[in-house]
Amino acid sequence: MTSTSLLFLPVAVPLLGALLVTAFPRTSSILGVTAALASSAGGLWVTAQTWLHGDLGSVLGGWGLPLGIGLAADGLSAALLAMSSLVGLGISVYAIGYFAGSERCTHFWPLWLLLWASLNGVFLAADLFNLYVMLELLGLSAAALGALTGSREAIAANLRYLLVGLLGSITYLLAVALLYAGYGTLDIGLLSERLQPSPLAATALVLMIAGLALKAALFPMHFWLPPAHANAPAPVSAALSALVVKTAFYLILRLWLDLFPAIADAAAAFVLGALGAGAVLWGSWRALRAQRLKLLAAYSTVAQIGYLFLFLPLIQATPAGAARDDLIAACVLMAITHGFAKAGFFLAAGLVQQKAGHDRIDELGGAAQSMPATTFSIALAGAALIGLPPSGSFVSKWVMIGGAFTTGQWWWLIVIAAGTGLAAAYIFRVLGHAFGLEPTPRCFLTNARAELPAFLLAATSGVLLGLGAGPLWSLLGLSGGHA
Amino acid sequence: MSPAFLYGGAGILLFALGLWSFLVHEPLLRKLIGFNIMGSGVFHLFIAIAHRGDGLPPDPVPHALVLTGIVVAVSATALALALNSRLEAADANASASAHQTHGRGADEHADDAKRRRWPTR
Repeated sequence: MTSTSLLFLPVAVPLLGALLVTAFPRTSSILGVTAALASSAGGLWVTAQTWLHGDLGSVLGGWGLPLGIGLAADGLSAALLAMSSLVGLGISVYAIGYFAGSERCTHFWPLWLLLWASLNGVFLAADLFNLYVMLELLGLSAAALGALTGSREAIAANLRYLLVGLLGSITYLLAVALLYAGYGTLDIGLLSERLQPSPLAATALVLMIAGLALKAALFPMHFWLPPAHANAPAPVSAALSALVVKTAFYLILRLWLDLFPAIADAAAAFVLGALGAGAVLWGSWRALRAQRLKLLAAYSTVAQIGYLFLFLPLIQATPAGAARDDLIAACVLMAITHGFAKAGFFLAAGLVQQKAGHDRIDELGGAAQSMPATTFSIALAGAALIGLPPSGSFVSKWVMIGGAFTTGQWWWLIVIAAGTGLAAAYIFRVLGHAFGLEPTPRCFLTNARAELPAFLLAATSGVLLGLGAGPLWSLLGLSGGHA
Repeated sequence: MSPAFLYGGAGILLFALGLWSFLVHEPLLRKLIGFNIMGSGVFHLFIAIAHRGDGLPPDPVPHALVLTGIVVAVSATALALALNSRLEAADANASASAHQTHGRGADEHADDAKRRRWPTR
C-alpha cells in the first residue's frame, strides 16, 4: 500500500467508528474513544506523509474523475488535518468524563465521529461537489450535536443554525452549477487552469464566498453563532467553535488562493477585510459585555474569525514572494492557534460550569479558585486569544502588522490594536475573579482526566505554536519564515 | 433563445423565488418549502447543463449530482422538522406547567401552540 492510496483513512476511520458506536450503544464510551484514537492517528499519519512526500492525491476505488471521488492533501489541508486530529482527540478524552453516567453519551459519540469524518472530508476533498456533500454532512451533524442538551434555547438556536447552514450551502451549490456550466469540470486543479475572468466566474465567486461567509459567521452574518455555541454541551461548543467554523474559512482561503486568483481583485479583498474588521470590533465588544462565560467565548470566536479575514486584503496587495508566503502561513497559524485556544477555553469553561452549576462570570470566583489547572488553562488560552507572546497568534499578528505597514494599508492597524485591547479586557475580566480571597487547594490538578485535555490544548495554543511555528512554513511549502 | 437557456433561466428564477420565501416568511414550514424550491432551482439548472445537443446522450455527471443533492435536501428537511417537533414539545410542556400554576384553560394553550412560531432574532 502506498501512502497515496491510504488517503481515505482520516475520513473512513471516524465514519466506521460512528457506525460501530451506533450498532453497540452500550459500549459507546470505550468504542468511541478507541475510534477517536484511531482517527487521530490516521489524520496525523496523513499529515506526516504530506510532510515527507509533498502533495498527495488519490481516486477512491479506481473510479476516475469526474464520476469518482477524488481526495487530495497539500500543506494547507495537512496543517488543518493535524489541528482537527489533536483537538478532536482532546475533546474525545474530555467527553468521556463529561458525559459519564448520562444517556446523552450514546447520542454524542455517533454524531461527534460523523462530524469528525466530515471535517476531515472537507479538508481532503479534491472537487467542488464532494466539498458540498461534506459541508452538508458537517452542518447536519453539527446542528444535531448542538441541540444535544435538549433545552428549548439549544434546540431553537440550533434550528436557526441548521437553516443558516442550509442557505449557505445551497448558495454554494448554485455557484458549483454555474462553474460546471461554464467550464465542464468540478476538479479544483483543472478548473483553476480553465477559469477566465468573465461575468459567470465573477458571479460564481460572489455566490461561493457569500455562502461560505454565512457558514463562517463573518460579521454581520454572525447572528446565529453565539446562541448556538453558547447553549451546546462544553465538548460540542469546543468542536463547533474550534473546528467547524474553520472549515468554511479554510474553503474561502483555498478558493481565494487556488481557484479564483484570476478573478479575485483588491476591491473584493477590501470588502472581506472590512467585514473582518467589523467582526473584530463588534465581536470583541460583545464578548466584553457578555454576562456568561460561554457566551463570551462564542463572541470571541466571532472576533477571531474577523482577524482571519483581515489577512485577505494584505495577501491580495502583496506580490508573490517571501512576504506573501509569510502572510499566508501566518493566516493559517492564526486559524490553528485559535482552534487549540478556543477548544481549551470551552473545555475549561465547561469544567467551571459543572463545578459552579452556572457560568455567570461575576459569580465564578470560588469555583475558579478551587481548580487551579482549569483557571490556568483559561489564562493560557486567553493569552493566545489576546495574542501575547509566545502564543501562535502573537507571531501571526506580528506578520499581519508588518504586512499592513509594507502594503500601506495602515487602517487595519487601528482595528488590530483596538481588537487586541478589547480581547485583553475581556480575558482579564474573567481572570480577575480568580484572584479573590477564597482558600485555594494545594494540588494543581483536581481531576486529571477532565482537566488535562483542556490544559494541553490551551498550552499548545499559548506556548508551543508560537515557539514552534517554523515547521508550518515548510509544511505549507512556502518560503519566508524569518518572522 | 435556446431551450437550454430557457431551462437554466427557469432554474435561477426558482432559486430566487425560493430565496425570497426563505428570507421573508417566518414560519418554519414556509422557510423549508422555500429552501426546497431553491434546491429545485439548482437541480433544474444542473439538468439543463446536462443537455449536450440534439441526438447526443446527456452528460451523466450533473444527473449524479442532482441525485445526491436530492438525498441531502431530504435529510436536511427531515432534521429541521424533527428539531421543530422537539421545540413544539418543549413549548407544550412549558405551557402545561404554566397551566398548573396559573390555572389556565386547555383551550388557551392549544391556541398558544397554534400561534407559536419558530423564534427569530
